[in-house]
Amino acid sequence: MSTLRALAAAQAVAAGAAQPVATVRHLHLSRRPLVLVPLAMAGEANAPLAAMVGAAPGEGRLLIVPQPRNRDQRFAFAAELAATVLPYLAGHRGATEAVAVDRGRDVRYRYLDAPQLLVPNPAGVTFLRLLGRSTRFRRVDGEYPVPPEVPLLGRWLTFFAERAEHPGSSALLAMTQALTLHWATGQSAVEDLHLPALLGWIAPPAGLTGAGAAARAEDPSVCPPAGPATDPGFDNRLLAPAVEAYAAAGDDEAARVEAYARLERLLRDQLTPTWDLMWRGLGLLRALPPGARVAGRWDGDRDAFTAQSEHIDEGGAPQPRRDGAVAAAARLHRLERAAATYAVQRAYDDPLVLAEYRLTGEAFVGEVVLADPARVDDSGRRPVLRPRIQLVTTEPVLVPVGASLCSPARPGQKARVVFVTPTADGKTEVVLELSGGMGRGLTATPGSVPEVGQRLCYTTLSEAYVPSGAFPAVEETPWTHGGPPDVGPAAVADGAPPPEPEPDEAWA
Amino acid sequence: MTSSEERLATIRGGVPPRRHNARTIAALTGNPGCTRRAVLDGAGVDKPLLAERIGFPAGFGQSRFAITRGNAFEAQVKADGGTELLRLVAERLGVPVPATASWTDLGHGDDPAGRERRSAALLAAALPTAGSAAAVFAAPDVAAAPAAPDVAAAPDVAGAPDVAGASGAAASEDGGTGEPAAALFDHPLLGLEVAGRRVHLEPDLVAARLGGRFHVVEIKSFPVIDGQADPAKLAAAAVQSAVYVLALRELLAAYGHDPQLVSHEVVLVCPRDFANQPVAHLLDVRKQLLVVRRQLDRMARLDTLLAAVPADFTADPAADPATLVGSLSQVPARYAPDCLASCELAYFCRHEARGQTGTLGRPVREALGGITDVAEVLALAGGERVADPERAQAAALLRAAARLRADALGGVPA
Repeated sequence: MSTLRALAAAQAVAAGAAQPVATVRHLHLSRRPLVLVPLAMAGEANAPLAAMVGAAPGEGRLLIVPQPRNRDQRFAFAAELAATVLPYLAGHRGATEAVAVDRGRDVRYRYLDAPQLLVPNPAGVTFLRLLGRSTRFRRVDGEYPVPPEVPLLGRWLTFFAERAEHPGSSALLAMTQALTLHWATGQSAVEDLHLPALLGWIAPPAGLTGAGAAARAEDPSVCPPAGPATDPGFDNRLLAPAVEAYAAAGDDEAARVEAYARLERLLRDQLTPTWDLMWRGLGLLRALPPGARVAGRWDGDRDAFTAQSEHIDEGGAPQPRRDGAVAAAARLHRLERAAATYAVQRAYDDPLVLAEYRLTGEAFVGEVVLADPARVDDSGRRPVLRPRIQLVTTEPVLVPVGASLCSPARPGQKARVVFVTPTADGKTEVVLELSGGMGRGLTATPGSVPEVGQRLCYTTLSEAYVPSGAFPAVEETPWTHGGPPDVGPAAVADGAPPPEPEPDEAWA
Repeated sequence: MTSSEERLATIRGGVPPRRHNARTIAALTGNPGCTRRAVLDGAGVDKPLLAERIGFPAGFGQSRFAITRGNAFEAQVKADGGTELLRLVAERLGVPVPATASWTDLGHGDDPAGRERRSAALLAAALPTAGSAAAVFAAPDVAAAPAAPDVAAAPDVAGAPDVAGASGAAASEDGGTGEPAAALFDHPLLGLEVAGRRVHLEPDLVAARLGGRFHVVEIKSFPVIDGQADPAKLAAAAVQSAVYVLALRELLAAYGHDPQLVSHEVVLVCPRDFANQPVAHLLDVRKQLLVVRRQLDRMARLDTLLAAVPADFTADPAADPATLVGSLSQVPARYAPDCLASCELAYFCRHEARGQTGTLGRPVREALGGITDVAEVLALAGGERVADPERAQAAALLRAAARLRADALGGVPA
């Protein structure tokens, strides 16, 4: 929690409305995202109860499971969900673009667009991850066959859940997280997980303050929870009798149809408010201009979507239950790199995020008071262009001499700290030596060296490429990490243990 | 009746105290610094009713589906006299699966005091004896267990068919081999002192003489998927089990045995993955034991807390709501957002604490330099002069933050 964000929360309390903590949107929003609001049965291991799914506000499709403890009905639900999700995914496998790789010596293709899933909250992401886990190993033959779309859906849901862990990815977004990335409310992080209350703070209905709207949203009879967990009161008073009535109907066709309709009505009433809130939240996010680096991160999502499509087309194995040692280390490394890049990119895109670093002394804004754009350093074997500039700032400068800084306005140029001198009037003078981004010769191209009078921000955050780490092959897993896994040769080839489908894993 | 007890009875009103259970004791560990909660829980006040009376009803409830599922899973795990359960527990503890084990159902009978006495006697008699790994603890002779005669005398014993045989097996050595048979106790009733009162606790199962120790076995219906369970549910189960371990240890100590004969490792039995197949895991609850112990000790010293409570303090739900609100405000609470999940009075305390940085969560409060009041935060951020030199640093930070925020929102390019 940064002080800047905490201050925004305090301002939200005083103002009675949420306060912005970003000036641009830090995530990609698809033109047609697939909104998915799941509900789960209380007490069961991720048993789906209902879902509303669709790619437009008027296209919400309601799926329900009249007897959530019935295994066949659960897989029927998965198949129905697949009937909406898989065509939506396939719709993004159209045109491709060529991307140069290996310094232009090779080329690969990626889809021009990628699918995007939106769920209400992080628990919704967990629901999809577990639904993916419970379906991706199912067999289409043998003792408990399921339709072929079911394991395929499971693999895709697993893909999205894994992307959701990837910092900066927009493939699967939880609405509460997306909103709190851009607004601070006057309530705690725990309360922000409740989508109706969060939206109450951000966009209170007319005549209510944010606090008032949030308080109203806490009554489950007014605002049903955004799932996947249902309100216990709803379970006990309405859902349980309806489920029992359906079960009691048995072979009585008329009674069953009626009971089904009643269940459908109940669940629709629980889901519709959240469904509407999802689109409202989306509208609020769409109103923000996207950050400059959002599209670049979305390219990563398109790459991942393309790679996963190809992996499935080529008959690749489903994602393993657990990563092996090497795969886990590589994944952690990937996530850490992504987190670092994402933090830098957000700060570069958004002055309000950068301000957090200015407050902690990792960045400062100053005015250029002196500039020597023609300075050449000839102390080395050949002379190089090394202009120097001097800035004056009122902000704290906590960077050491010799540190390498960057300016978000000039990402291609490095600035080495030469002197940091506090002045008598409480300001700080900083002398920087510039390299890069000034052309090839010993004369800087015009405009490439900051001019006197310019106000610039310099920070230790750097967008410079950090090469990824090297990891051993699976068969060379070091003993410290358990040694090479003892699995069949086929599994070693794709770095994953075999899917080992278990017929006894009955999901019931 | 001591003066403390009289005061607590007055605070509570003319009703008997609410009974604690493992869940409510576990919840006590959530916010140990809250005096209001310690006093109300110590007095056994009916907090849900109190919250409703003062206009802040708490939305605590459990879904019927979850309860049904929990009971069904427990019944399934305990079916066939616990044969499958015995195998699971023994394998998880890494000991050979005993060919037989006695099964004692202690879950019936209406009179809690009688049930507790019977449970205590049988459990104390089921000490791991010579030949097992626990011999190092020099367990005293089983026959010397003080309450053993009570068992035969307890009127309920004959009612439960298993018990006579089981108590025989538990109290004597099995068939003269010298190895005592493992013993499983279904729903024994344990006792624990909470704020000077005896509270009854009912663990799902206690396994005796497996691996030379007593083990608390907790059966939960949340799934363990690929070796991972929901962290919140797991944490709650750990604290709850720690309460049982503590009660069982006190029982042994009361009988003059080594309390360490109760393992700090609890066996947690959960459904595996998405199936109904049970799987056992070990939970080390040493940390939770310390926390629970400390909170119970604090409740035992309620006198000290009560000294600071005004003499006319009342939380009697029958009183006038306005009086109740006025009265409650005299005993300080320490509201934190976590309270919402564990205390019935949380919505009232949150309302009372509005305008304070603590309601935004501890990280927010700390990021604001520890300043309690939102209005003061904004005043300092706005450049108001600081009287207190201790706040100078926080004020400087807040002023800088406010300036940067205004700067960035004003559209000045970085």
